[in-house]
Order: sequence, then C-alpha cells, then structure tokens
Amino acid sequence: MNRKFLLSLVAVAFAFVGNAQTADEILAKYFENTGGLDKWKALQGIKISAKVNQGGLEIPLEIVQLKDGRQMTTITFQGKEIKQGVYDGSTLWATNFINMKAEKSDAEATENFKQDIGEFPDPFLNYKERGLKVELLGKETVDGSETFKIKLTKKPIKVDGKVTDNVVYFFFDTENFVPLMSETEITSGQGKGMISQTKMSDYQEVNGLMMAFSMTQGIKGQGGQPLTVSAIELNPKVDATGFAFPAEK
Amino acid sequence: MKKLLSLLFLSTLFVASYAQQEAINKGKEVFGDLRARHIGPALMSGRITDLELHPTNDRVIYAGTAGGGVWKSNNGGATFNPIFDDYCQSIGAVEIDPSNPDNNIWVGTGETWTRNSVSVGDGLYKTIDGGTNWIKMGFENSERIAGIQVNPKNPDEVYVAALGPLWNDSEDRGLYKTMDGGKIWNKILYVDKTTGCSDLTLDPKDPNIVYATFWEVRRQPWAFNSGGINSAVYKSTDAGKTFNKIHNGFPKGKLGRLAIAVAPSNSNILYTVIESEQDKDKGLYRSDDAGASWKQLNNDFGIVVRPFYFSRIEVDPRNPDVVVKAGLLGSISRDGGKTFKNLGPNHSDVHDIVFDIHHSDRMYAATDGGVYRSWDGGTTLEITENIPVSQFYHVSVDNEEPYNVYGGLQDNNCWYGPSQSPGGVEARDWNRVGFGDGYRVYRHPTKKLIYSEMQGAENVWRYDPAKDQAKTVQPLAAKGDPKLRFNWNAAMAISAHKPDRFYMGSQFVHRSEDMGETWVKISPDLTTNDPKKQNQEDSGGLSKDNSGAENHCTIFTIAESPLDENVIWVGTDDGNVQVTKDGGKTWANVVANITGLPKNTMAYHIEASVFNKANAYAVFTGYQTGDKNTYVYKTTDFGASWKSIVTPDIYGFARNIQEDYENENLLFLGTEFGLFITLNGGKNWYKFTKNMPAANVHFIELHKKTNDLVIATHGRGIIIIDDISPLRQLTEENMNKELHFFTAKPTTIAETNGFGSTSTETQFVGENPSSAARIVYYLKKRHTLGKMTLEIQDAKGNKVTELGPGKAKGINVVEWNYNMKPPKMAAAKTFAFGGFTSPRVPAGTYKVVIQKGKETYTNDLVIQYDPKSEISLADRKLQEEATKKLYDMSQELAYMVYTLDEYVKIAETVKSRNAQSAKVATPLITELTKLKETLVVTKGDNYVGAAEPQLREKMAELYAKVANSYYQPNQAELSNLDAIESRFNTGKADYKKIKDKHLNKVIANSKDGVQPLVLKTFEEFLQMP
Repeated sequence: MNRKFLLSLVAVAFAFVGNAQTADEILAKYFENTGGLDKWKALQGIKISAKVNQGGLEIPLEIVQLKDGRQMTTITFQGKEIKQGVYDGSTLWATNFINMKAEKSDAEATENFKQDIGEFPDPFLNYKERGLKVELLGKETVDGSETFKIKLTKKPIKVDGKVTDNVVYFFFDTENFVPLMSETEITSGQGKGMISQTKMSDYQEVNGLMMAFSMTQGIKGQGGQPLTVSAIELNPKVDATGFAFPAEK
Repeated sequence: MKKLLSLLFLSTLFVASYAQQEAINKGKEVFGDLRARHIGPALMSGRITDLELHPTNDRVIYAGTAGGGVWKSNNGGATFNPIFDDYCQSIGAVEIDPSNPDNNIWVGTGETWTRNSVSVGDGLYKTIDGGTNWIKMGFENSERIAGIQVNPKNPDEVYVAALGPLWNDSEDRGLYKTMDGGKIWNKILYVDKTTGCSDLTLDPKDPNIVYATFWEVRRQPWAFNSGGINSAVYKSTDAGKTFNKIHNGFPKGKLGRLAIAVAPSNSNILYTVIESEQDKDKGLYRSDDAGASWKQLNNDFGIVVRPFYFSRIEVDPRNPDVVVKAGLLGSISRDGGKTFKNLGPNHSDVHDIVFDIHHSDRMYAATDGGVYRSWDGGTTLEITENIPVSQFYHVSVDNEEPYNVYGGLQDNNCWYGPSQSPGGVEARDWNRVGFGDGYRVYRHPTKKLIYSEMQGAENVWRYDPAKDQAKTVQPLAAKGDPKLRFNWNAAMAISAHKPDRFYMGSQFVHRSEDMGETWVKISPDLTTNDPKKQNQEDSGGLSKDNSGAENHCTIFTIAESPLDENVIWVGTDDGNVQVTKDGGKTWANVVANITGLPKNTMAYHIEASVFNKANAYAVFTGYQTGDKNTYVYKTTDFGASWKSIVTPDIYGFARNIQEDYENENLLFLGTEFGLFITLNGGKNWYKFTKNMPAANVHFIELHKKTNDLVIATHGRGIIIIDDISPLRQLTEENMNKELHFFTAKPTTIAETNGFGSTSTETQFVGENPSSAARIVYYLKKRHTLGKMTLEIQDAKGNKVTELGPGKAKGINVVEWNYNMKPPKMAAAKTFAFGGFTSPRVPAGTYKVVIQKGKETYTNDLVIQYDPKSEISLADRKLQEEATKKLYDMSQELAYMVYTLDEYVKIAETVKSRNAQSAKVATPLITELTKLKETLVVTKGDNYVGAAEPQLREKMAELYAKVANSYYQPNQAELSNLDAIESRFNTGKADYKKIKDKHLNKVIANSKDGVQPLVLKTFEEFLQMP
C-alpha cells in the first residue's frame, strides 16, 4: 500500500466538499439565467393559460396573478366559469361547485394568504427584505438530476388556531440553476403530515423571462397530473371587477 | 503508522459509503419513475418499540418501530405518517428535544427488545426541522441505542445509551455524552465489551442527575444469555462526570436487564425492575430517597416475564403511585407498585406505555401488534389502524387473477390477501391461515389448499379455505428417529414438477408426495449436528427462555430446481450448503468450495436458477455471530465453484435474492437496509428507493405472469413493484439513446367499474396497481428546458388524447386509462354530470407520439379487450356505436345551443336600438328562449335545488350509462335513446322553423351599426374552452 494510493483515497473522500456554493450564489445564478433580476423585479402581473387532464377530462384554467396580491384562477366546465383562489385585495373567495355561488374562504386561510402577498413573481425575490430566511442544505438527486436543496423559511402561518412553521424546500438543478421541484409538508386536511411535491419543467422563454410551462403537483411517493401551460402573458391587462367578491343577485 | 492505518481504515469506510450513496443516486437515475406500492396489511400492524410524546402539544406522538422506521401522529394517534423512510428502519429510541420540540428530534436506531429475529441499527440521527431532513450523528457501530436524553435547558447537551452489539463483543457501547449538539461524543461510562447501557433517564427537576442501567447480555444463534456480575444501575449527580452504583437493597449475585424510571411529580421516587438469580428477588423495586435505598414491591408474572423483551417502566406524570410496566399484557399499579392488574385487552407483548401529558386517563401502548390508545386509564384499548409495519418473514404468490400473496408475520400469524382489490387492499381483504408466529405459507400449485406453519413447525397446516378446515400435516418423529430439529422459521417448499409434493426441513429433508399425509426422509442429517449448539433448555441466562427460538443445527432453506426435480439444494442455519442430483439418494456438502465465507455462516437462502440446473445463488448471513458482511455467491457447476457477486454498492447483509426469469443478468437482492438491483449479473448494484423504504427485506418473489416483484419486508408489510419487465431491456445501448421506448405486451382493458372499498377515514388502504395502459420509456437526461408533449393517436393519426409525459432521467411510466376527451356539452345554468364521462377507446393499435424539443419519438401501443371476457365483439360494437351516437348528439346539441345563444345575443342588441327594431327582434328572442328551456336547464343548482332535466341532461345521463358499461346497451336504454333522438329531431325542426321565420329580419336589422354576426364553425366551437 503506497502513500500515493492512500492520498487518492483521501482525495476521493473529500472530493465532495469542494465547489461549495452559497444559497445566495445559487439564487443569483437562477435569476441571472432566467432573465435577470431587474426584469423579474419589473414584472407587474402574469396571465397563464393552462390545462389539467383528469382521467381524460381536460380542464382548462386561466390563472392571473398581480404584483399587488390580487389573483384569480378561472376554470371552464361545460361552458360555465368557476373561479377558485380569487383575492381582490381584501377577500379570498371561490365559487362553490354545487350552487355555483361565491363563498369566502375561512378567516385563517385568508390571513395565511395575505402573509404571502409580496411573493410575486418569485418567493426568492427580495426574500431578505420580506423577512424570509434561506439556507442551502446540500445536494440531492431529483428525477435523476443533481440539485441544490434550498430551504426557504417563510413567516409562520396559523393552522387550526396554532402557529405553525411555514417552510418550503426548493431543489435547483446544478446545471441550469432552475428549480426542478419544491416540497412542503401538508399542514391541514386529510393529507396532514404528508409531503406535497411540485415538479417543474418545460422552461421556456416569455419575453426574456424563463418560466416553467409544466408543473406537476402530488404527494411524495405518488404521482400527479401535470398542469400544462399553453401560454403566458406578462403584464396582462385585466378587468378589476373580475376579482371582486360578487354580490348575490 | 497507527495513524496512517486508521486513516486508511477511515478512507476505506468512506469509499464504501461513497459507493453506497452512489448506488442510491445512480439507482434514482436508472429507475426514474418506476415506483413501489405498499399493500400493508395494517390490521395487525407490527412491533412498536418506543413511544415519545411532545412535551407541550398533546396531539403529537412519535412511534419508533421494530422494522418500520419512525411514525408521527399530529392528531392524538388517530393516524400516523412515516417520517424516516430513507434510513435504517429498526428503532431503539426516539427523543424530542424539550427546548425545541417542534423541530429537534433524535432517533437512535437498533431495537433493544432483543428477540432472536431483531434487526440491527446503524447509528444515531437528528433532525432540526421536525423530520424533513435527517443528519447522521455517529454511533454507526453501536448496533442498538436504548435511550437518548436531552438536557431540557441546553439542546446541545445530550446523553446516549448505547446498548451495543447483541451478538459480539464490542467497545461501541456504554453511556455517551455530547456538549456540542452531537459533533463530539465522550464515552462517560463504560463497563466492558459485553455490557451495554440499556436504560437512561434524567431527573426531571435537575438535569445534572443522571440514572443509567447497564446490562450484560449476549445472544448466539443457538443460545441467549441475559445477566452477569456487571449489570447495574448507576447514578450521577454531576451531569455525568462521576457515577456510582445505587444497589442498596438489591439482591446479591448476578443481575440481568434493569429498567429505571423517575416519578415526574416527585423525583425522590424511583422505580426499577430487576432480573436476578433467585425468582423471589426479581421484580419491581422502589426507592423513596432518590436511589439511596430500595425495597422490593412486586414479583408478579406480569412484572418479571421475559426481561429482555419487556423492561420499561413509566410513572404517571401527576401521580407518583401510578406506575405501568411493559409486559406480556402490560401491568398497571395504582398503589405505588405494591399490586398490579393487567391492562385491558390489546395485542400481547407490550413494550412501552406512556401517559398523555394532560390527562392520565389517556394512554398509549406500543405492542407487537401496533399502537394502542386508551381513553379510560388502560381499561379499554383501541388500535391505530393506519400503521402498516407488519413484519413478514416470507412471501409466496399464486396464479389467481388478481394473484394473492401469502406470508407469515412476527407474532402475528399467517395470512393471505389479494395483490389488488376494489378500492384498494384493505383490512377485510386479509385472511388468517395460522396461529402463533407465522413464517412460510404456500398455496398448493393446482388445488385451492394452503400450507402454513407456526414457530418451530409446532404446527404445519393444510388449510382448505372453502371448507374452513385445517389439518395438521407436519413431519413427526417415528420409531427410531432422533428428535426432529426444526428451525423457529422452519424450511418449507413446494415443487414445480409435482403439484402434490411438499418438502419440510428439520435436520433432515422430509418429502411428501401426498400433500403432507405421508412423509419420507430423503436425506441424512444435513447439518453439522454440533451438540454444543443444542442446549436450548438452558438458554436464557437469569430468566430461562426456551421458546424454541434458539433451535439450531437445522435446515433453513430448501430449493428444488425448476428444471430438474432431482436437483435439490439445501441450506442450513449452521452453514452447510448441500445438493443432491438424484432426488436425495446422495448429498454433497459444497460450502467448503466457497472462498471468503467464514465457516458456519448461516445459509439463509438458495435460489435454484431457471437458466441451468447447475446454476444457483446462495445468500449467507453472519450477523448473528457478529459478522455483518454481505455474502452472495453464484455457482454454475452444482456448487463445485462459487463466485461472489457482492460489490461495495450494497449496504447491509443480504437475506434473499431473486433471479429474473428472462434476463439472467437481472437480479434482485434484499438486504437489511432495502432492495438492490443489478442489471449485469452483479458487477454493480443500484439501490431501488422510489417509495421503497430502507426496510429489512426478508424475501422476494417474482410473479411469473405479471412480472410483479413482490417484496416481504420485516417491518413495512408487502411492497410490490408492478411489472419489472422494462428492466430486462435496460441495455447499455438503450440507455444511451435520448429516448427509448420499452417494448410492451398488448395491454388489456380491465372490465371493472364497481363500488370500491369499505374502509373508513383512519384505516390504511393498500394501493392498487394502475389498471391503465402503461407507456414506458427511458430518458437519458431529465427534461427541463423546452417543450415536451405526449399525444395518443389512432391508427389514422387522429389525436385521441394528450397526456402529461414523464420527464425524469431513467424510466418514465405514463398511464393512460383508455379514455378520450368527454363530449363538449351545451352551456347551461348547471352541469350535466353525465357529460363529464370520458368514453373508452376501442381495442386496436394506437400510436404514442412524444414531441421533445424538435425531436419526435413514436411507439405503438396495442390495446385489447379482455380475452377471457364473456362479452362478444358484436356486443362491444353495439356499445361503442351507441356511445358514439350519444357523444355526437351531445356535441351537436352543444353547437345548436351555442348558435341559439349567439342569435339571442344579436337580437338583444337589435332590440335595444329602437322600438321598430325591438318589434322585429322580440319574437325571435321569445321563441328561442322558450325553445332553449326545453333543450337545457336554465335554472336551479347542482344539488337538491336542481331543475327538471331537459334534453341535454337526459342525453348526458343516458350517454354516461352506455359509455360506462362494457355490455351492449339494454332494451330500456335503446328505447330511451330512440325517445331522446326523436325529441332532439323535434327540437332541431322547431329551431329551423323559428330561424326561417324570424332570423333574416333580425340580421337585416343588425347590419346597420351593429357588430356583424360571425358564428364559429362546429370545428372551431369544439376547440373553445
């Protein structure tokens, strides 16, 4: 056993320690590779046209998100529009599928939602100013690709009256520096305690910004149906009345 | 030089663990989307080793298990979720850091209820984010951790009780302490190489006071010895700097396993349970002066039974006189330990009992059969029904459709259950086919009879489920026979050649040609028959424990060659590999031909190859004599020579190997820490991790018809990887293509549309395989940038549907449930729910078209009707035609309603211009509105406020009935279709009449200043959202 061989063994042992990157460097690269920080900061709103396939049933969706926090998802079924996750600046509401009337979300959900206003268009944008914390946890393989695992700690939310941590893990591709997946623990409902995963792919350019055109959400260990984006419009013109909680006729 | 050597040792260790990490990462890259599914069962759950309650949130409970990892409940035990799947699943201790209980949790691996079948641990883990991420904190060689205590005032100050290795001498045991959160550990109390730290507690009022018990213990495959002069209870009052034995009042002589508990409400009151030489001295002792002196209080059966298995004591947090002791049934005292009564009925073998932090009446018990909860102080107990940590020893399958799985469980009998069931595999699907500890279970190859066994072949049954009759059929000693030595997990085998043939192994091979009625010994004693390893009557140490679990010099595995009934392989627990080529007339012990295998290493499994009768694989385990190496060998010459197929990629000692039936190089290996797969006959191995926990794999079976890999885990129930046939095609060439479609057999449309399961919300339901068509392909690289789509086309190239493609590197599985888009329905006030039905496509050859960037990849997908179905092709065509007719009619009606709405819209505009225009437009509006009210509902809601159904709703309702059926439409449906069609024709005629009468006038009036009417074509309309 010669010394050279020993040294090479040690070299293998410590190879993984090299090339250390900080979370901020990874995030900087991410913004740089996807269009530049200035462009992301200048973005005022976004309109996404997409569809989800549920066992053959194609559900068309239109998602609008604005920098001021207003947002709306419109689903069309048999010619009827149903709105989900609508926020008009003060009220979070959705259409009830049975009587097709608008109903307010519960107070806790609304409060938790309001806390995230300011995340648009990306939770990592100005995260420090918004009091969020970011930490690089290391590398992990996602879908066979090597990724950096970054922990994003947001402000705690309330779940059933209890203050609960609000942490999301993002997995950034070490090659392109775009997120391939996010993971978070489900805090309420039947899936409480399970891990929800969202996988991102099909990044394409939209007026200079790279955006994911496919997002698949599911429970860790199980599959999910992708949300397939057909078009993204930046800074769309939207009719403000569409967000307002409708008065009953 | 010593330094250099230790550096070398560390480096080698690192290279091994680097290879193991690579095996995981590379495995993820190769296997991609291919995932395992769990079918449980959870009805009998499995052994729970340690319960830990959150100190301030009474809804949060952690359960450490014997082989199923760590589970967490957020709802007071109603349901649990696993949080430790990627790591060693054998758990000794779970500890919540009291100063940061939501985030900091410590897990010590390696169970300390040291029964013969106990698994091993691989160190200490910590999470600082509530279990999302885990960090290894050392103790890799400690094998089992009995306790962890964190100073409530300082999260960096932690004590760890390392019981250490069970089967060998080791210095990796004793009491350890860190002051920096686990970076540096100091061994603060060490006794010797055979005595480990078995229990640990801090004084709840003063964390500088530490109590620790030490236990001298050794297990051998053939004997167990609890007790010695070094077992003791120690106390420190200076945070572990110095320790003193506190034995004032203890019995003299050797001591065995000792437990320690401090009453939280009065820390002067301590309890210990003592295993000692004299029965009269054993039992519960109490100290009222913080350990200065002790008094014996009770030595009832429940307190002294099997100390190695039951030792824990817990004191009510509010009442120092209420104390519970783990045991066969669990005992509770309400008079300070003087008298006890049993807990109410629950699963026997209770290992831990805890009191709720607020209400002492609410208790949780950790048993051999799951987590139990009591609301009334232990009188009534209910099981948590969603923890599938069943501990299988073995699994076999039958040829039913769907096939059943058969197997036996630690302390939980023998069972069989379906590999799939309507709505999922649930508790009611499982059938008990044996008592006691269950081991091997086989279905008779042609008859509906089942062989099963209990420990030590005390009973072997042939069970007829149709008659619910069990007959015992085990070989028994006849005149002139020596005592038959059966292993606790006795060898059993059936034949691929003669359906009624049945083998059992004692020290002899017994063969029956009549399903166990008559037995013939076809071998001499094939073991070493070492008398030193046959004194089980003396086993146990201070407490005799002759359960049969230590029976040794027995046959453990029997494998008849699937190619030649005269070739039979036998492996023994004392390390022999015997083979006969003449049906048992002569036997050759070929183990000595294996180089590198220590003598007497247990031959755990022999797999007789399907490729050549001279080929076999042999898997050995040495862990029960302290050797945790992996031993897997292949012979191609009846055992004359053997080649190791072990590489550093494999983590854990192996118990079982399964050969593929088509690709000789494809092998599946089950180890103590999960499932490994090689594609090249063992040159390198990948770990399979997708939904496959790092569980202890005891047995693997490959189903011949379905190609499903059925895995018996000892702690996570039965896990199945559906259809592994793509792995056969994973050649280097295919893996180097950008995208490779795997060839697949035609897929059959499952003809089921029943009503699902009956399980309730908090019960575990095993996952069914998908009944959809599987589109399986390999991607060389994960698809991240640019567009990727997957479309199904019919034979003519028409798009049938679009699916979300898989994008992972490695194997991707996309499922298609044979459906195309539902019809486009007419817009109305509410939904026509029938219209959400997606029609099935007819059988035929379809094309899968993947567009990835600029490249297009295509592959055929052949779909067939169930060849066994009673439905004729002509009937299917009738069903398809009726479905198509209603589908087309629905879309035609939708277009009609669309144009009608457009005409009304323009008429409304015309009407608003002036009185003259209003006069022209109003009749059109009125008549169209009236007509529309007969075509679709125009009021009501989607529930009990629904309006009377109109044409659209009736059409949709019939469409759904016909489309969902597999049969031809019945007469009522056909008559109904006729009525609907006729009503539609009337509607169309009325529509034409109204248009002919009024429309031109309205259009003429609209030309001046009104937006001209532009109708979409039917095709354009179909594309609208």
